[in-house]
Amino acid sequence: MFEGWDAVVLARAQFAFTMSFHIIFPAFSIGLASYLAVLEALWLWTGREVYINLFNYWLKIFAVAFGMGVVSGIVMSYQFGTNWSAFSDKTGPVIGPLMAYEVLTAFFLEAGFLGVMLFGLNRVGPRLHFLATLMVAIGTLISAFWILSANSWMQTPAGHAVNADGQFIAADWLKVIFNPSFPYRLVHMVLAAYLTTALVVGAVGAWHLLRDRHLAGPRVMFSMAMWMATLVAPIQIIAGDQHGLNTLEHQPVKIMAMEGHFESHKDGAPLILFGLPNQSAGRVDYAVEVPKLGSLILKHSPDAPMAGLNTVPRENWPPVAIAFWSFRIMVGMGLLMLALGLFSLLMRIQGKLYDSRLLHMFAVAMGPAGFIAVLAGWITTEVGRQPFTVYGLLRTAESASPLAAPAVASSLIAFIIVYFAVFTAGVVYLLRLMAAPPHPGEEGPSHEVPIRSAGITPAAGAVPEGAAR
Amino acid sequence: MIPIDLPTIWAFIIAFAVFVYVVMDGFDLGLGILFPLFSEKRDRDVVMNSVAPVWDGNETWLVLGGGGLMAAFPLAYAVLMPALYTPMIAMLLGLVFRGVAFEFRWRTTAARNRWDIAFFGGSILATLAQGIALGAILQGVHVAGRSYAGGWWDWLTPFSILTGVALVIGYALLGATWLVMKTEGELRDRAYHLSWVLLLAMLGAIAAVSIATPFLHIQYTERWFAWPNVLMTAQVPIAVAVVTALLLRSLANKYDYQPFFLTLALFALSYGGLGISMYPYIVPQSITIWQAAAPANSQLFMLFGVAVLIPLILGYTAWAYWVFRGKVKPESGYH
Repeated sequence: MFEGWDAVVLARAQFAFTMSFHIIFPAFSIGLASYLAVLEALWLWTGREVYINLFNYWLKIFAVAFGMGVVSGIVMSYQFGTNWSAFSDKTGPVIGPLMAYEVLTAFFLEAGFLGVMLFGLNRVGPRLHFLATLMVAIGTLISAFWILSANSWMQTPAGHAVNADGQFIAADWLKVIFNPSFPYRLVHMVLAAYLTTALVVGAVGAWHLLRDRHLAGPRVMFSMAMWMATLVAPIQIIAGDQHGLNTLEHQPVKIMAMEGHFESHKDGAPLILFGLPNQSAGRVDYAVEVPKLGSLILKHSPDAPMAGLNTVPRENWPPVAIAFWSFRIMVGMGLLMLALGLFSLLMRIQGKLYDSRLLHMFAVAMGPAGFIAVLAGWITTEVGRQPFTVYGLLRTAESASPLAAPAVASSLIAFIIVYFAVFTAGVVYLLRLMAAPPHPGEEGPSHEVPIRSAGITPAAGAVPEGAAR
Repeated sequence: MIPIDLPTIWAFIIAFAVFVYVVMDGFDLGLGILFPLFSEKRDRDVVMNSVAPVWDGNETWLVLGGGGLMAAFPLAYAVLMPALYTPMIAMLLGLVFRGVAFEFRWRTTAARNRWDIAFFGGSILATLAQGIALGAILQGVHVAGRSYAGGWWDWLTPFSILTGVALVIGYALLGATWLVMKTEGELRDRAYHLSWVLLLAMLGAIAAVSIATPFLHIQYTERWFAWPNVLMTAQVPIAVAVVTALLLRSLANKYDYQPFFLTLALFALSYGGLGISMYPYIVPQSITIWQAAAPANSQLFMLFGVAVLIPLILGYTAWAYWVFRGKVKPESGYH
């Protein structure tokens, strides 16, 4: 079995599969950890019970999502070696330390304080507990910093040299870490994580408001989530545009693939809205395009010349159709998020934020939009880097482990079966937790001694608060 | 003598990370291995609660071991991971099952047993795979140029099966003595009983691996038995005998804390023995730590981080253990 298969293609499929599963959990937990820190801070500051109820409600969801992120993440840290050993040997001296710093500064911080965050409120008191929550939230952001630095170096390598063994080595660590695409990618990804979480929180709030618009918890979370969508969606679109311009400067071939520009345009490239990229023929079939808009967006001048893939040797072309479509899906999701943000702002101004069923239904429908956008964006940037692992320097075909196809095929099948079984169950449990509304006296994951979270007041003069007012 | 240079320092750092992993995840994997022996839900809840707050931190050391190896000894990582392909994938899948079980088993009542089985199965699979990987490394792998040159079943030998089973016994002993420390009453009595049985099995396993190892390569034989090395290496079995005697005494006297920490000492000695066998090779018989080392500026860059951060990490990890110190009561912890 599988003798005729290409081991490199199988290894790529396995990486793409395990990575896609993994990335949705950190994308959610980065945002959710920050949201939990905000909720706990608001509870400590105002003493309003609704905040600790929401905190405990989302903490249980965080625990499940974080656990799935951890186990799928351990897989990633070993997969570089098992399936991409040539890549590991060559790039280990450069990106290895970045990942080691991720473990040392982020993973340990998250894991070390997670236990206290989940179970320790009664043991350490509110203030130390808040510190633990903050540490977990900061840990998720530090983790994003290092892993995106490593990923960005693969996209826009800088600050390196090559030694006698053919390994990349660092000539200047600051240039390696702060390589040209890193700041843009970091901002774009962290905003994406925040938006993803806001859309989930908003969808859960809206779901419960559709049933009962007077529930205190859902009202608060829905309002907070819609503020995030209103404020962050436009910022994200600007950040994405800047990231695109950066990509045009450093990875022009990726932009050609995303835009479907097979041909060069001397006096202004069109913006192809839709079409079917035909890689073998080197053209986009059935293209629907707006003349000169491509140049206007990417070069800020309608007549600016733009080179196409016909200026690039074919063996250096990425799979155009995938990058083309995943990019459109991401942009489409972004525009829908913008629409949700503006619609909610309009309703808020009119005082109908908690009453507009249309808005609530829209918000529920947008619940998964962040995940779709993150995955599509990730596919765009990773597929757009092909056929290289280190852009322009190390080809994917030269990066793989010397493994026989049956080995990789077997592990791929095992991952598919296990991930679908495990993560389907996890998502069901998450949805089940979300399907119940937060209620007064909501308890966290811990059931220690006789606890009533309402019993611990963060500050003197805490205000007891009912659900419905 | 052992020189003090960057590759040597890093070899000790990686060895330290892997040892901390073995010590910390060892007992919680051991609890998973022992899980079917506790049939009552109440007991299982206590077993689970005794590690729920710390298991994630424990597994982070595994990520440091892997990530650190890639960063400090990329060639060793690049050769060993494909050589250990099947055990590594099996370990990762096992860790997926047992890791999610910590959360999932509380989220369902109907299918609870399914996640209990996942916790057990995942734990034993991951442990077996780690033990097999250890045996496979000791027996050596085929290397050509800068990459692995063997097949994807080379790891499977009687010796690697032996080390796999030995590790399952060892982790189970760690788990049993951990329970002695963390539980009370009837549950603790059963943990004592298990500790006796497992300790005897563990001594058998240590003996079997110790006898088999010198037969793998002449280098191991010389390392252990050549004069004057034997003056130093003989300390290891002597220390094992002393620790074993203390451990037997602590079990007989029904001490709470000593059995766990003495079992850790037994692990440390066995681990030290492995180090004596392997040094200075990181891939036995083929690649030394100097050949595998990343360039000095990579190792130095990380050394700053390690010097500052590892003490900090040990500090707040100790704090987390301190917060959840003491015996676990049936009604406390998770649901």
